[in-house]
Amino acid sequence: MTRLARWIAILVAVLVAGCAGPKETIVLLPSPAGQETAVTVTQGTRQVVLAQPYAGARLSRSSAEAFPSNAQEVQVRYGSALAAQPLPPARFTLFFVEGKDEFTDESKLIVDSVFAEIAKRPIPDVIVIGHTDSVGNDAANDVLSRQRAEVVRAAFAARGLAADKVVTVGRGKRELAVPTGDGVAEPRNRRVEILVR
Amino acid sequence: MTKTFSRPLGRGLAVVAAALWLSFPALADVGQIKVATGQVFVDRKGQSLPGRVGLVLEADDVLRTGADGSVGITMRDNSLLSAGPNSILSLERFEFDATTGDGRFDARLQRGTLAVTSGRIAKKSPQAMTVRTPSAVLGVRGTEFVVAVDD
Repeated sequence: MTRLARWIAILVAVLVAGCAGPKETIVLLPSPAGQETAVTVTQGTRQVVLAQPYAGARLSRSSAEAFPSNAQEVQVRYGSALAAQPLPPARFTLFFVEGKDEFTDESKLIVDSVFAEIAKRPIPDVIVIGHTDSVGNDAANDVLSRQRAEVVRAAFAARGLAADKVVTVGRGKRELAVPTGDGVAEPRNRRVEILVR
Repeated sequence: MTKTFSRPLGRGLAVVAAALWLSFPALADVGQIKVATGQVFVDRKGQSLPGRVGLVLEADDVLRTGADGSVGITMRDNSLLSAGPNSILSLERFEFDATTGDGRFDARLQRGTLAVTSGRIAKKSPQAMTVRTPSAVLGVRGTEFVVAVDD
């Protein structure tokens, strides 16, 4: 009888532990100044919003509670995951002569920095994003922005960067670096962004 | 009457479908492994591939790390995800239009630890990126955060 009771107690303990299910923890990290940042944690009808650096949420199947975490706790628990984060993309900008797909002389120097960054990364891939100023319609600017990106790809290929490591994108006049009205010839908007990843 | 209406409608839908398909052409290249240490595997279509640095990832891939493993990936929209030891991370859905920034990214952490830096998809639309755990859905609004799921 005592043995049976003991077995029942063990069985109950196992079942209770099983019902508790996996424990989950979420912690919001600080992000670069000025950037809006938040994570919403939704579990059925419960919701916890993490909006401050190191705000945390602990979940089991039947509960969700907010708790304050800190840098030290995060490092202990998530150190390996954080150490495996890839380097964020490095960004460069090249500028173009108005209405053409040639880059300015100053921009030729920036190309050297791009290649230095590529050399630093174990498995580099490059995204080249062309932009235009607001002169002309979308269709023409989409084509021109893509052409500018292709010019950069070709220039990089000539310096030995395999074309299959480069993805080109034309964003036309959708993302002006310097906001202007429509139809404004603004040199700082005639640019190509380069992301080395 | 029905015919004269349905034919142009059908053609219109076909055009819309073609446009949608064209706007998400890169289904087979959603990201790349940039960092890998210890044991890392990628489960794809019933096969288990070694998760080496440089491997190009596809939607539906499941990344698994061993007791000594960790893996870091860069997605097409510049999202960065990295998992610590004993983790299972699924890339359930990834669609991204590089021209407009529109897209959809759903990942799932079944076990282990995960660090996330969100990218353009979450920046463009705060509803467009989620990370799921066994019991919850995390909505991402331009953010860095960490997640742990214990057994």
